[in-house]
Amino acid sequence: MRGNAESHEFIRAADLLDALRRLNDAPGAWTPIAGGTELMVAHAAGRLTSPRLISLWGLPELQFIESTDESLSIGAGITFGDIRHHALIHAEFPLLTRAASWIGAIANQNRATLAGNIVNGSPAADAPPALLVYDAEIELVSLRGKRKIPYADFHLGYKRNVLAPDELVFALHLPRRFQKHAQYLRKVGARRAMAITKVALAGTALLKEGTIGEIRLAAASVADRPVRLLATEALLLGSTLSRELRNLARECLLHEVKPIDDIRSSADYRRHVAANLLDEFLLQLQPATAHEETA
Amino acid sequence: MTASPIKIQLLINGQSEIVSVPPMKRLLDVLREDLHLTGTKEGCGEGECGSCSVRMNGRLVNSCLVPVLQAQGAHIQTVEGLAIDAELHPLQKAFLECGGAQCGICTPGMLMAATCLLEHNPHPSLEEIREGLAGNLCRCTGFVKIFEAVTRAAAMQSSSVAKGHP
Repeated sequence: MRGNAESHEFIRAADLLDALRRLNDAPGAWTPIAGGTELMVAHAAGRLTSPRLISLWGLPELQFIESTDESLSIGAGITFGDIRHHALIHAEFPLLTRAASWIGAIANQNRATLAGNIVNGSPAADAPPALLVYDAEIELVSLRGKRKIPYADFHLGYKRNVLAPDELVFALHLPRRFQKHAQYLRKVGARRAMAITKVALAGTALLKEGTIGEIRLAAASVADRPVRLLATEALLLGSTLSRELRNLARECLLHEVKPIDDIRSSADYRRHVAANLLDEFLLQLQPATAHEETA
Repeated sequence: MTASPIKIQLLINGQSEIVSVPPMKRLLDVLREDLHLTGTKEGCGEGECGSCSVRMNGRLVNSCLVPVLQAQGAHIQTVEGLAIDAELHPLQKAFLECGGAQCGICTPGMLMAATCLLEHNPHPSLEEIREGLAGNLCRCTGFVKIFEAVTRAAAMQSSSVAKGHP
């Protein structure tokens, strides 16, 4: 059944402080909405149950991309269209640029915000794997102040996160130390564009004298939330790349991921494709001369 | 809970309009029902097909996903704003000439997406046209004639610029 516009109270926050005051005065009563690419779909289908919504769209306090020597900060209200066309993000965090280009089509990218993608909490969301392998921190804000936590600790389970009822996402912070890392991101969906992820894998790694000196792996649609693959990372860290290592990593990943069967894919397919993607990343990492396959 | 209508000002194709509507009403419905601008179509109603594409402050958006309160004070351009008096926009001419429209449901959205594309990229490659229109689905002509129309419009625009016409 179609949603009824008259059944929702809807206001526009005058500024960030106004939004935080309202959340503070009635914790849990308001549903924040930014670009509406998720909630308006629910509204059209009559699935939007929130009686009161507060618009954060266009709040200037959340619209910034700033950099220092150490980090890049992206305000919660920045859209994927903004991210796609940002030169520094493209130069240093190309996985995020690529993920942004996969989020719906241009009209969706012009409205969908980074914080919306995160807070919505879909395990299939496009931005989280890139954020995870860049070691992003997430900054939350309420009238009580601001707090920063590793983004990897933000999601608690299926569509559950650490946000308190009076809190909003303020920004994401990405350390600027990945320029020399090998970087990988691949999404597998039903088709190339406008498809929700069946499985996606992201990776950043740094080789030191032939061994893996640093590695981060993250995946979408393999668990109840976007996840880092810590066991597989631990297996690979400090090891020398070889076919044997790749096979061990593959086995490790097959046990580490916990995908489900759903309308878009099967758990078994997801598990094996995730392992194939890892293999592809590790093959790319391996210096060409070390490929046993070509030796 | 019921939301009373509120007054919302919109700049539609350069003209100021004030509507009295529930703030959660979709921009799409305000355009079609309150302003009788029925050029903008509803297809999927969930941001996948692009039939309802309009430009909000210059940027392409799906009007089915914009609650009208968020469009307060915004410049909205719809397909009705493309032609100037009786003179069709080069894209409209090109769609006619190339057979880029059949049933017509997707056409207004295609035109809005294509105007955005050509404004940012006056000489797009086929790949860039395909991406620029990736959020607009056609179920009649196939996309080839539509892509040809965009290519032809780009050529028309650059030749009119070369002749000194705006």
